[in-house]
Amino acid sequence: MNLLDIVILLPLVGFIVTLFIPRGNPALVRTFVVSMALITFLVSIGLICSFNSDAAGLQFEHNSIWIENPQIHYHVGIDGISLWLIILSTFLTPICVMLSWRAIKERPKEFYAFLLLLEFGLVGVFAAFDLFLFYVFWEVALVPMYFLIGIWGHDRRIYAAVKFFLYTMTGSVLMLVAIIYLYLRVGAGSFDYSTILDAIQSGRIGLTGTEELWLFLAFFIAFAIKVPLFPLHTWLPDAHVEAPTAGSVMLASVMLKMGCYGLIRFCLPLFPNAARTCSSWIIPLAITGIIYGALVAMVQPNMKKLVAYSSVSHLGFVVLGIFSFTQLGLDGAVYQMLNHGISTGALFLLVGFMYERRHSLEIVDYGGVATVAPWLSAIFLITTLASMGLPMLNNFIGEFLVLQGSAQANFLWTIFASLGVILSACYLLWLYQRVFYGKPSEDVQHHMPDFNAREWACALPLVILMVWMGTYTQTFLTPVTKASARLLNQTTVSAPVRAQLSVGGAQHAR
Amino acid sequence: MPVNWMPTAADYLRFLPEIILTVVGTLLMVLDAFSERRGSPLYGNITIVGMLAAIAASVYAYSDPGPAFSNMLMVDGFATFFRILVIGVGILAVLASYRYLARENAEPGEYHALILFSVMGQCVMVTANELIMIFIGLEISSISTYVLAGYLRDDKRNNEAALKYFLLGSFATGFFLYGVALIYGLTGSTTLPLIRNAVPGVSPVFVGVAAALMLVGLLFKVSGAPFQVWAPDVYQGAPVPVSAFMSAGPKAAAFAILLRIFMTDFKPINTGWEPLVWISALLSMTIGNFAALTQSNIKRLLAYSSIAHAGYVLVAVTAQSDAGASAAMFYLAAYALMNVGAFAVVTHLCGKGEKHVSIDDFSGLATTQPLTAGLLTVFLLSLIGVPLTAGFFGKFYIFQAALESHLVWLAVLGLLNSAVAAYYYLRILVVMYMKEPSEFASHLEPLGPGMSAALILPAAGTFLFGIFPGLILNFAVKSAMFAR
Repeated sequence: MNLLDIVILLPLVGFIVTLFIPRGNPALVRTFVVSMALITFLVSIGLICSFNSDAAGLQFEHNSIWIENPQIHYHVGIDGISLWLIILSTFLTPICVMLSWRAIKERPKEFYAFLLLLEFGLVGVFAAFDLFLFYVFWEVALVPMYFLIGIWGHDRRIYAAVKFFLYTMTGSVLMLVAIIYLYLRVGAGSFDYSTILDAIQSGRIGLTGTEELWLFLAFFIAFAIKVPLFPLHTWLPDAHVEAPTAGSVMLASVMLKMGCYGLIRFCLPLFPNAARTCSSWIIPLAITGIIYGALVAMVQPNMKKLVAYSSVSHLGFVVLGIFSFTQLGLDGAVYQMLNHGISTGALFLLVGFMYERRHSLEIVDYGGVATVAPWLSAIFLITTLASMGLPMLNNFIGEFLVLQGSAQANFLWTIFASLGVILSACYLLWLYQRVFYGKPSEDVQHHMPDFNAREWACALPLVILMVWMGTYTQTFLTPVTKASARLLNQTTVSAPVRAQLSVGGAQHAR
Repeated sequence: MPVNWMPTAADYLRFLPEIILTVVGTLLMVLDAFSERRGSPLYGNITIVGMLAAIAASVYAYSDPGPAFSNMLMVDGFATFFRILVIGVGILAVLASYRYLARENAEPGEYHALILFSVMGQCVMVTANELIMIFIGLEISSISTYVLAGYLRDDKRNNEAALKYFLLGSFATGFFLYGVALIYGLTGSTTLPLIRNAVPGVSPVFVGVAAALMLVGLLFKVSGAPFQVWAPDVYQGAPVPVSAFMSAGPKAAAFAILLRIFMTDFKPINTGWEPLVWISALLSMTIGNFAALTQSNIKRLLAYSSIAHAGYVLVAVTAQSDAGASAAMFYLAAYALMNVGAFAVVTHLCGKGEKHVSIDDFSGLATTQPLTAGLLTVFLLSLIGVPLTAGFFGKFYIFQAALESHLVWLAVLGLLNSAVAAYYYLRILVVMYMKEPSEFASHLEPLGPGMSAALILPAAGTFLFGIFPGLILNFAVKSAMFAR
């Protein structure tokens, strides 16, 4: 059992223990869950410390058989990409526990238990290197989020929760068919990612063009729903708006990254040819999403909905970066995934704090907050600036890399995608102006206390990271670059190999 | 059969589970005649002890597998698997019935005797190696179940359910018997191995007709479309623990026959019956799932869901491979656990006279009885097919077998169907967890010991086989080799 196994299993242990804590003791539940989440985070810091950023391959690998027939491995490991996504999950979980401290009054035990179960699923998704295991974690993460939205959400929570579940479920059953098909087609008797990847990369099993396309699509739809890519995004505004704050933060910051991560880890290396062919229509969809999301965000009267649509826009950049097939684009996409996790997570968190005070998400109910709660306003301003891509803050780096990468591939894409950056400044600054400037109303004046210690503890780490990621990128980017270079190499290498093989075959036939 | 043939000790040993079940059943009837004990747990306790003994006998009989009574029965891994399965279903149904019978003031003696006889009939079905034996088993099981479906004889819906089930069931058995007669006319035998040898030599058209007739009878018993129409009415009308029992036990036994006959004797003419089976599979899944979407009565909803689940198992039959057979076996075991569990929850909640069987009656259950709600959640997640539950691996193995046999589109449609199904199972989760407690849900009686066992055992099994599916699957794979 290595460090990674501990990071995966700790939340599960926490979940099970939480279920057995007596119902009448919410304080004990909170203390236990927050310490469990913090311990998990601290252990995951150990992953960073002993991670070798110069190596491109898997680290902390653990491969043992889980089920004999068909052979399913408990195969986990991390490379530079999954490392940061796991850290993101373990970093945000304690924050989510703390921010729910006062907001969750009903059935706190189940709430915190589900948060830990969610963390287990998320960490597992990013660590799994067996297709089957990946699918298991993918679905395990779905269930707690369904309950988080459905039980502790706002008025239309049931509709949002069911829609969220069904969208994801439909995508994932298609993925399951593809996984089983791939397993049978490779015929190595194993779902192991490396085994299957090897078989495809080396050209040992030649998927026909049609097969590759259908398999790619089955995976792609499952991931595109989760990202979400325009036009499959309609579940997202509902889920975000209705979810409790902690749910929105986890959903935006980490769960959407499951889709992006899937695209990078599975769609590109396993089906490189189909991915390249399909990029001709995927990229226009991504760019449409960038612009559409930004335009819709601009006209939202509801703060949470505005942030939700800004997510659609921001994630368009990620998909653009991934399918530009350039080193910079891919690096930017991964960086942007982390940035979005930090800055949009922070936006949802701050909006949640404001909701706790004023019990409204409508922009018109605010105004003049800056005069009564200066610290809240300052932190919100930094987050807003980060989210719209101001230099020296995190999003700038990610968007810049993506745009640079896409420019290398096709300059036209960059022109359109840049519109999204401009529009994001419009809707975010306008939001800030309407909420924080002006004359505070009677209600705002009396019900808008400034940050308390607990809220500082939640918000400050996020702000520090925004600055850190915007100024000293090496910390984060170095391991990512190694991993993404390797991935990119896998997507290019197979095409010539296959050509070579078919030429060899033809000569052989002669 | 030699004229001077005498049964040996080994024959009786291999028939021991059935003997135990019959003796205990008869004992209960005698006991019932001498004492009036409504509401007494005695009968249930005796039944459970008897069935546990029958399970032990099944395991013991498997230590020396082989044919019995001159090849009329065949005790092999396949038979043992299904024997334990159907007896297990019986035990769970009895555990779930204690409170129910007391609440409805029903006589426990005959009830338990009928369950024992029905289980015995199913054991004969799954062990039989000869068509007449199969028929006898089928009839013993069916007739007991007809009576059970109408057990509360003062209740209108019980009577309706029993009558419907009896009339339609008799027709179906008739079809099956026509098939048997035709086969006997064609091959001159009713023993499965002899038929297998004779089938390649006779006209495939007539064998096909016989196979189709038998298929009709069996599809009726497993509630596969288009012979599923009875299921919703009967499951809704019958007493809940009986619905729990009917939806799992007889179904599993009928599938056992379907697999045993069609994978061996009728293998040579598989091009003829394969389309019938996949059409039925597709129809069952689609009709079951789409009809379940709009149900508001929980028993009816579970009935339609059980039609859909029969469709999944038929997909495995369509695969016509060892992998398909073992997947079907795994699925039937998983299905028995989760479905009996779900029905047991309904039994617990329905109240006197089964007045509270609408989905809305489950409102706020998570607040008033978190344990019951949590256990039902496990069963529902398993029925949806969420990983780490037995239901997920069941679906996984079935669709893997289907893909292995190149039934790509059937697998895709089946899995999309399971996404549709998620919706109606989620509805129950929604009312339990996301609605305020109803007036009714706030005054529930606590879980009794029998009901606790009837819920916790299947839930534990659902998780156990969802995390270590090999525990069942390895045995299923080993014993699904009967085709050779």
